[in-house]
Amino acid sequence: MRALLVPAGGAAGFIALWWLAVLLRLADPVLLPSPLETFNDTAKSFTQGPLLHDLWRTVTRTVLSFLVACAIGVPLGLLLGARESIYRAVEFVVDFFRSTPASALFPLFLILFGVGEGTKIAVAAFGAALVILFNAAYGVMNARRTRLLAARVMGASPLRVVFDVMLWEAMPQILVGMRSGVSLALVIVVVAEMFIGSTDGLGQRVIVAQSLFESGLMYGVIFVAGALGYLLNLTFLLLEKRFIHWAGK
Amino acid sequence: MNAITPREAALSVRGLRKAFAGVAVYDGFSLDVKRGDILAIFGPNGCGKSTLINMAAGLLPVDGGEILYDGRIVDEVRIGYVFQNYREALFPWRRAAENIRYPLRRMGLKRAEIERRLESLAADFRVRFDLNAYPYSLSGGQQQLVSIMRALAVEPEVLFLDEPFSALDYETTLSLRTLLQQVLKARKTTTILVSHDLEESIVLADRILMLTRRPTLVADDIAVDLAWPREAATLSAPDFIAIKARCLDVFTRAVAGA
Ligand SMILES: Nc1ncnc2c1ncn2[C@@H]1O[C@H](COP(=O)(O)OP(=O)(O)OP(=O)(O)O)[C@@H](O)[C@H]1O
Ligand SMILES: [Mg+2]
Repeated sequence: MRALLVPAGGAAGFIALWWLAVLLRLADPVLLPSPLETFNDTAKSFTQGPLLHDLWRTVTRTVLSFLVACAIGVPLGLLLGARESIYRAVEFVVDFFRSTPASALFPLFLILFGVGEGTKIAVAAFGAALVILFNAAYGVMNARRTRLLAARVMGASPLRVVFDVMLWEAMPQILVGMRSGVSLALVIVVVAEMFIGSTDGLGQRVIVAQSLFESGLMYGVIFVAGALGYLLNLTFLLLEKRFIHWAGK
Repeated sequence: MNAITPREAALSVRGLRKAFAGVAVYDGFSLDVKRGDILAIFGPNGCGKSTLINMAAGLLPVDGGEILYDGRIVDEVRIGYVFQNYREALFPWRRAAENIRYPLRRMGLKRAEIERRLESLAADFRVRFDLNAYPYSLSGGQQQLVSIMRALAVEPEVLFLDEPFSALDYETTLSLRTLLQQVLKARKTTTILVSHDLEESIVLADRILMLTRRPTLVADDIAVDLAWPREAATLSAPDFIAIKARCLDVFTRAVAGA
């Protein structure tokens, strides 16, 4: 109970400060609407406007790019981790592109995939895949040697060793990678929705609300995007806790 | 030590050579292990005991010489291996029973046969804890017992044990030792045990191999002709004390003194 009360108190304090700032007219009301106005505008856009559809589009794009990223990052990471010499050879390239801001790749992906859904998914998947790959590879490389030997002695083929031992040994690290990956995918998708020929999505809604001076809605969409990121992160944290029951034991 | 005829040998090592970074650990090492025997290997730190059984188990390549199991190479025989560090050898994402079933599944045995072997092992080792528990929820002794059951499940032609009790407390070690000797003798499993404990080596073994420092040679090869089963009283029997004295003598002269 306490664990819930304290953060709730923090959030209430934040809203109280915001309200105070509005009451004291610290900023132009057009730039800083009251929390109530923000809530009303957002709720209206949810029920009568496009916000629910936007949220759904952003979630779908994020999940889709995340799934593509997993499909590429996990097997490739396992493979590279299992053959450390190969990983060392590509490590620099992986690290380099992992450190490159994905937004800088938009023009390139626009050429490759054109102005459409494909580009948004592709850039987000690319960014997330590198993070997942990197974590999966490190998970495998840090696999307990004794367990690999034990599997071999028990007659497991090399492929079996990958699926029965390496994958499990790397699982905690893979889930950490997935958690960072899904957050990154969301960031890239929202930016892509702002700037790459979009008509919907949370990113598009923020930009439109801003240009139409609908500041209540703009703040609301920001909070919706924040809540989405928070929930995705929380989901993976809970998954790690439940699924990796042996971690640290 | 009586000569072991080729037909009696479960394992034969001939002219074994192995070096790490140019430093020879083995440079022409030979050994025969009689079928059904428990051989204890005793030697100073770093003399290559683990290296020897890892090469025999096919976990480490040899530089030269050959290791044969009744004429066959290790890939063609079933072996069992118990690691010192049970925490890092068991699969923590599988329940204890699933750990034991794992090598049997790899052998492609029928489910009924797998269950039969699991039950027979549990009975032999008088398992009273829940085999459906995850390894990390078991005590150290129970985890190492699961490792031993997993290694024995395949009914190995040779069982290797690398300091299996060194991470356990004395009381646990004593009870595991007693169970292990009963099961190994009942099943007539050829066993190679690496141990740091001289008393343990004598109690568990038919034969003790004392090794020298690198490059490793046999300092002494001692038959342990004590009656089975060996119990607490064995530790104070005159024969036991005589063997222990001889081993200590060899150790101080040929091993520690060299
Ligand atoms: N992978 C390796 N690379 C380099 N040197 C190694 C390797 N494995 C073992 N050695 C060296 O070979 C020698 C024998 O090692 P080994 O582990 O077989 O000894 P041991 O008799 O089992 O020792 P301990 O009693 O400490 O377990 C040691 O000097 C060790 O440092
Ligand atoms: Mg050793």
